[in-house]
Amino acid sequence: MSTSPALVDRLTEKAGLVSAVVRTVASMDEALAYVAETCDAKEACQILASGCDAPLSGTAEALCATKQQKIVCAPDLPEDEVAKLTTLCEARGIAVITKGMRERLGGIDIALTMAAAGIAETGSIVVRSTDEEVRLATMIAETHIAVLPESTIMADSYDFEPTLVEWMGQAPNYTAFITGPSRTADIERVLALGVHGPLELHILILEGK
Amino acid sequence: MQDAANLSEYRKQLRQALENEFQREALDKFAVAYRTSRANAFAGIDAPELIAEIAEAKDASIDHLMELFEEFKRHAEAAGTKVHLAATAHEANEIIGRIAQENGVKTIVKSKSMTAEETHLNDHLEGLGLDVTETDLGEWIIQLRHEGPTHMVMPAIHLSRYQVADLFSEVTHKKQDVDIQKLVKVARRELRPKYCQADMGISGANFAIAATGTIGIITNEGNGRLTTTLPRVHVALAGIDKLAPTLHDALRVIKCLPKNATGQNITSYVTWITGAVPCASSPDGKKIHHVVFVDNGRLAMARDPLFKQALRCIRCGACANVCPIYRLVGGHKYGHVYIGAIGLVATYFFHGRDKAKNLVQNCLNCGACKAVCAAGIDLPTMIKEVHARIQDEEGHPLYSSAAGAVLKNRTLFHTILKSARLLQKPVAGGGYLRHLPMFLFKDHDFRALPAIAEVAFRDRWEKIRPRVAKADIKVALFSGCVQDFVYPEQMEAAVAVIAGKPGVAMEYPIGQSCCGLPLMMMGEKKAGRELAAHNMNAIDAQGFDYIVTLCASCASYLKHGYKRLFEDDPAMSFKAAQFAQRVMDFSSFVRDVLGFDAASFAGPSKDVTYHAPCHLCRGLGVTEAPRALLRDAGLNYLPAAEEDVCCGFGGTFSVKFPELSKELLRKKINNLKATGATAMATDCPGCIMQIRGGFEHDGTHFEVRHVAEYLAARLKRK
Ligand code: SF4
Ligand code: SF4
Repeated sequence: MSTSPALVDRLTEKAGLVSAVVRTVASMDEALAYVAETCDAKEACQILASGCDAPLSGTAEALCATKQQKIVCAPDLPEDEVAKLTTLCEARGIAVITKGMRERLGGIDIALTMAAAGIAETGSIVVRSTDEEVRLATMIAETHIAVLPESTIMADSYDFEPTLVEWMGQAPNYTAFITGPSRTADIERVLALGVHGPLELHILILEGK
Repeated sequence: MQDAANLSEYRKQLRQALENEFQREALDKFAVAYRTSRANAFAGIDAPELIAEIAEAKDASIDHLMELFEEFKRHAEAAGTKVHLAATAHEANEIIGRIAQENGVKTIVKSKSMTAEETHLNDHLEGLGLDVTETDLGEWIIQLRHEGPTHMVMPAIHLSRYQVADLFSEVTHKKQDVDIQKLVKVARRELRPKYCQADMGISGANFAIAATGTIGIITNEGNGRLTTTLPRVHVALAGIDKLAPTLHDALRVIKCLPKNATGQNITSYVTWITGAVPCASSPDGKKIHHVVFVDNGRLAMARDPLFKQALRCIRCGACANVCPIYRLVGGHKYGHVYIGAIGLVATYFFHGRDKAKNLVQNCLNCGACKAVCAAGIDLPTMIKEVHARIQDEEGHPLYSSAAGAVLKNRTLFHTILKSARLLQKPVAGGGYLRHLPMFLFKDHDFRALPAIAEVAFRDRWEKIRPRVAKADIKVALFSGCVQDFVYPEQMEAAVAVIAGKPGVAMEYPIGQSCCGLPLMMMGEKKAGRELAAHNMNAIDAQGFDYIVTLCASCASYLKHGYKRLFEDDPAMSFKAAQFAQRVMDFSSFVRDVLGFDAASFAGPSKDVTYHAPCHLCRGLGVTEAPRALLRDAGLNYLPAAEEDVCCGFGGTFSVKFPELSKELLRKKINNLKATGATAMATDCPGCIMQIRGGFEHDGTHFEVRHVAEYLAARLKRK
């Protein structure tokens, strides 16, 4: 089943409006290369953007200190892809992990996940995150990169309803609709990205898949 | 929090709130921006249709809350969740406290929950020696300040970046920059360790889906996902009204809620949790998961034929966003825990009569909240109903029952008005009351008050009534008190206009009296019913094709209010429906029924701006007719900013809360002046009294007249 270009365009447009970065990739290899490059291009002090330069209390400082190396976490990536990603990243001095997120609560650079579906109407991705590592990776990371197979893009949430109902029936289940990066407007209604969750969300639409 | 002992103390608090310049500016800016972002978010969507669907689905759930609870419990428990039902707020707190103690919990992180605010959960948990941290940025800020939210969706909207920077400097013991982006990042880093340490996470739930035992949580910050993931225990606290049969119900609400709340299409995160999900910090690798539903008056509400509607609320906060009073005084003074229009109703049911009794009087009945509500709740009617109930329970204040007694006796009322005319003689000049003993009216000295007319309209009628030989249409005129006794010239203008079309027979049923809306505003429901019955007898609806009135408030009340008054009386209710069907406002009648158009008018043009009366534009949904008539009459209509925002009259409201009425009038006058016009038209004598009085007090020359008067002046004579 192929997805109409209109749906892809709609998702791209709507996700863009909420500050998500959307691009298409022709293959998983291209997606992996994108991850490695994005991580490489990040600031040297990886959590600079997320508040390390601000004067903090002792406990908060201590948590910052737990992170020493650039890290990509790919909790739900098939083994052979993990191997490929590791090769790409090692060359750049980046560690690739697939679990152990609870030891990394100070933050990681990138979480790479596989989105289960896309919702064009709102520019959302659906991440099935019953696995705790997936849940945490997508929250702790400064940048969340999700690979979204083109064929899973639906027009609106009602189209996705039967699938979600089925998952809910297979409890326990934890599923999230994610639309853009974490945000707040709680101070003077000024938009700020990356409050508790990622500062950036990148969606890689995997063509022909 | 509302803690005023009586109305005068409450008014004092309101005056203090009015002095909070920052808050007023912030809320004003938000109110204006909100209107645009909401409109953009709903562009291309049939909002009324979506809202009607939500209302219908919610109503169906409300009738079956206990069945839904049982179904939810069955499914959730099968998936490893423990489900509780607490009868009261206190019981809910105790259940949660017990869960904490049974699991050796010391520290707790919370993601935003209005229900926890309702039950004052933090106080209870802290009383047990537990350490509780709010993680939603706004909630954390107000927790640090030891205050409650001032808006349901934006709890800290009343605070400036300077206040937040000072607060964060205190918390971190280091001086913080006054830069919002940086402050947010400080919160991010300061709160992260709290999640890591916490033994228990507490969240609210926007949805509880019975068919699968799933809860749904929506957040923008993502704190909901961390709170429900890291600690080994997760407790979700929700009002029992959050139960819905299926996922579809929740998805439908999601299509509306963020759009109506802030103009967002959807929140950043929507999280669906079913059962005890894997959790590495829990001894058996599975989350210790509890869902606590709280009744706290909701089930009783669900059985109340009128108030069950309030349970439709999806907590979008929009009713505060558009409320002119909220804009002036903010949520701490326009609510207790729940704020805005729904807060006035909810406070009575969740926090008791004492907290609600002053609050519910502070409503203009302008209808802005009803027009925006995501669940189609008739909020103004319910606010008045709560007011009436409180008076029935506590006893009616003397002035209020006295007004009831006078108004329902037409002869007595009219006699009083006529003697007032004689008494005012020494103080009336140029149509206004002058030289009033001002110490009596100190707070009311923001607008000039009109004098009572020499000859009431009812006493002019016989002389001016047009005689029509062959009538195609029969019209009963309803004047309302203000036009009858203060502005009879407006009625005369209307008669002249209507007489411009042949074949229209007009009658002024002389037995008519006040429509009764002031009584409704004062919570005098019983007297209001008697008055309505009186008017329906005085104007035999069967004998007329239309009942036309020039007063927007009367029109809206005659059309919608009368039917509601007799809901429990089938015979009267039938009569009221027949009556209501024939009621029409002057502008609609003239344009849509009589078909007046540009060909009917002549005369020099001039710039005229317009004020849209609440009860016309929202109460009756009439927006086009008066503006089109002005244009047809050859006038150059200049739209004003916030044309449909209340002028602050609100009938008896302006007497009870003069400080608020004065501020709303000031805004209105500024917006009218800004158009560059020096004349204004409108469709309601109350608004005319307020606005004309404001200009007169101001000393600005500005003509303020009824649409009928502008039309009459330009009518082509045959
Ligand atoms: S009717 Fe008007 S004043 Fe009253 S609560 Fe609603 S918006 Fe506010
Ligand atoms: S009453 Fe209506 S507008 Fe107000 S919060 Fe509830 S749903 Fe929103």
